[in-house]
Amino acid sequence: MKHLLGIENLNKDQIMNILETAVSFAEINQRQIKKVPTLKGKTIINFFAEPSTRTRTSFEVAEKRLSADTYNIAVSGSAIQKGETLADTALNLQAMGPDAMVIRHSVSGTPQLLTEIMDCSIINAGDGFHEHPTQALLDAYTIWQRKGGFEGLKVALLGDIYHSRVARSNIYLLNKMGAHVSISGPGTMLPKEVEKMGVTVEKLPKYAVQDADIVMMLRVQNERASNLLYPDVREYSRYFMLTPELLKLAKKDALVMHPGPANRGVEIDDVVMDGEQSVILEQVSNGVNVRMAVLYLLLGGSDK
Amino acid sequence: MKLVVKNGTVVNPLVGKTEKTSIVIENGVVTEITKNPDTKDAEVFDADGLFVAPGFIDIHVHFRDPGFEYKEDIISGLEAAAAGGFTSVCTMPNTKPAADNVETIRYMYERASKGNGVKLYPIAAATKELKGESLAPIGELAEGGAIAISDDGRPIQNTDLLKRVMEYASTFDMMYVSHSEDLYLSETAQMNEGYYSTVYGMTGCPVVGEASQIARDCMMAEYLKLPIHIAHVSAALSVDIIKFFKERGAKITAETAPHYITLTDEALGGFDTNTKINPPLRSEADRLAVIKALKDGIIDAIATDHAPHHQREKEVEFNNAPSGIVGLETALPLVLKLYHDKELSIERIVELFTAGYKIMGLEGGKIEVGAPADITVFDPAYQWTVDKNMFKSKSHNTPFHGFHVKGAVSATIVNGKIIYSRDF
Repeated sequence: MKHLLGIENLNKDQIMNILETAVSFAEINQRQIKKVPTLKGKTIINFFAEPSTRTRTSFEVAEKRLSADTYNIAVSGSAIQKGETLADTALNLQAMGPDAMVIRHSVSGTPQLLTEIMDCSIINAGDGFHEHPTQALLDAYTIWQRKGGFEGLKVALLGDIYHSRVARSNIYLLNKMGAHVSISGPGTMLPKEVEKMGVTVEKLPKYAVQDADIVMMLRVQNERASNLLYPDVREYSRYFMLTPELLKLAKKDALVMHPGPANRGVEIDDVVMDGEQSVILEQVSNGVNVRMAVLYLLLGGSDK
Repeated sequence: MKLVVKNGTVVNPLVGKTEKTSIVIENGVVTEITKNPDTKDAEVFDADGLFVAPGFIDIHVHFRDPGFEYKEDIISGLEAAAAGGFTSVCTMPNTKPAADNVETIRYMYERASKGNGVKLYPIAAATKELKGESLAPIGELAEGGAIAISDDGRPIQNTDLLKRVMEYASTFDMMYVSHSEDLYLSETAQMNEGYYSTVYGMTGCPVVGEASQIARDCMMAEYLKLPIHIAHVSAALSVDIIKFFKERGAKITAETAPHYITLTDEALGGFDTNTKINPPLRSEADRLAVIKALKDGIIDAIATDHAPHHQREKEVEFNNAPSGIVGLETALPLVLKLYHDKELSIERIVELFTAGYKIMGLEGGKIEVGAPADITVFDPAYQWTVDKNMFKSKSHNTPFHGFHVKGAVSATIVNGKIIYSRDF
C-alpha cells in the first residue's frame, strides 16, 4: 500500500492490520517518552487547504512521535492564493522530495489527483464530502477496543450525511467489518440512493437509535443562509439532537461518538456529550495511535 | 479540376438511396453519380470498402474565437472539424465579446474564410452579453449572417424574456436554440445527482433541472407556434418531454452528443476533470433512453458540443475546473459503435450527422448532381486508439484518450477539394 485515499478500496485484512498496528503505538503513547525513531529522516508535508485543528494536530503529533521531519502548509500561506494551479503547487512540493504528503482539501477527489502528479505517498486527511479514512479508522479502533469486534453491531449514524466524508468512510468500513449501519437525518441531508451503499435509512433518529450499540453523531455544517438545509437551530435540535431521552432507546452500554468539532445544543446535548457513554475524547487520543500506524505502514513498515 | 470518389458505398438518406457507385466532381460541384465514371485527367479517391456520405454538419461547437484563442481559434477549430469528418459547423455565441453584435459575426466569417474551407455558420447571442436580461439586436445579427440565436452556456431563466426573444426573433426567421438548465438547481453542482454523486461526495444536479426547462421551452414553442431546437439532450425524462410535445405537433428538434451515449456518471470516479460536462453525464438508464431516442427519431441530430479548454484549466481541483470536452475528432467512431452494435443502421447514422442542415435551414445534406460537393468518406471497420496528442484541436480535454474505437474518417471533401485525409 502506497497511498491512503479512502476506505472504499481497503479490504478487511488491511483494516485489521492497521488497527492491530495501532495497538503497539498506543502502548508507546502511554510511555513517559512518547517518541520512537521509526521514521527518522523521512519528510512529511501536511497540506491543509481547509481549516482543521484536530486532524492537523493529530497528524503532526503522530509524525513527530515517529521522528519524521514535518512541514505544514495552510492554504492562506500557499501559492494557491496567488493563483498557482494545484498541479504546479504539487510539482513544486514534489521537487522538494517529500516521502509523504497528508492532504486535507474541500474538493472531493483532490488527493487522488495528486497521486497522478506526485511520486510520494498521499494520505487523505479529508476530501470534500468524499472520504476521511483516518477518521473512520480511529472510530473503528475505538469501537474495537470498547466492543471487542464489529460483527453484528448496530451503528446509528445521525445528522448531516450529505456533507459528511466521515459518514461515507464509516459506512464503507463498518460494512466491510460486518456491522450494520442505520442512518437518519433531515431529508435535505440524505444524499440520493444512499441505501445502495448498504445502509438502512430511517426518517427519524429514534428509529435508527433503537437498540443501537453505537450512536455516532455528525456535525451540522453551517451552510450559507440561502442554502440552509433546515429551518433553524431550534427546529433542528428538536428533531435531530442526541438527547438523554433519545439515547435511552439505544442499548444500555451504547457508545456515543462524534468526530468533532461538535455543536453543543445543536446536534448533541451537553449532558450526552459529557456523559458516561461518551467516548468522544477517547476518539481523539486514538487518532494519534491510528495515524502513527498508517504512517508506519505506508512509509516504514510492510503491508501484509 | 476533376475528382472522382470511386466505388464507395454512397449513403444518401435524404435521396433515399444507398448504393455502391462513384461520384464525379468538377469545379466543386457533383456532376455525375455513376457506376462507370470517366477517370481521365481526374484525381481518383478509391473509396472501395468505405462509406461515402453527404458532408457532416456539427450544429453545436465552441470555437472560443474571439476572446479565448488559447483554447481554440477558428482556424484550429475548422481543422478539428475536418479531421472529424465535418464539412460545416455552427458556432455558439459565448465568445468574448459574445456574438451579440454584428461586428463579431463578420469577424467570424472573415476568419473562417482564411481556414481550410469547412463552412462556418455563427449562432448569435439571444440576449445582450448573454446575460439573459435584454434582447440582442437579432435583426442586425441575422442580416450579418447569423443563422440562429441561442443562450448556450448561460440559459435564460426569465420566462417572459424567453417569450420576447422567440417572438422578436421570429420576425427575422431566427430560431432559438435552447440550452435547458435551471441555474438554481445547478448552481453548485459538479455532476449528475444520483448514486454516484453520493458515493463520490459531490454536489449533484438532478435531471429535473434539464427536463423542467425543456418542458418550459417546448411549451413556449408550442404556444407561440414557433420552431425551437433543444441542445444536448442527456436524460430519459428530457426525451419523454420532447416526445410528448413532438406528438402534439410542436415544431421541435433536438440533438444529443456522443458522450451521452458512451459514458455515464460512474465515469467521474477517477475525478478526471475531463468527465466534467454540462449537462452532466447521467445514469445508465438515461444513456440507454438517449440511444433509443436516436433510434426512434425523438432526437434528430448528433452534435458534439465541442468545448475546448486549456490543459492548465483542467489540471485543477474538480470543482474549480470548467465544464466541457472537445468532441469533433471522436464523434464519428463513438456514434458508429451503435452501428456495430446493430442499434442503428448506417443510413440513420448518416442522417444524424447531416440532419443539422435542415434544422438550421441550411443548404446541404444530399449528394446530388448540381449540388456543392461536400462529402465525408469514412471507414467503418478501421480500428484505432484515441490519442489526444494527435488532435488538430488546440485543446486535448477528452475523456476518451486511450479508448479503442472502430471506425474513422477517411477523407473530408469540401466544394470538391479533399481538405483532410487520414494519415494514421
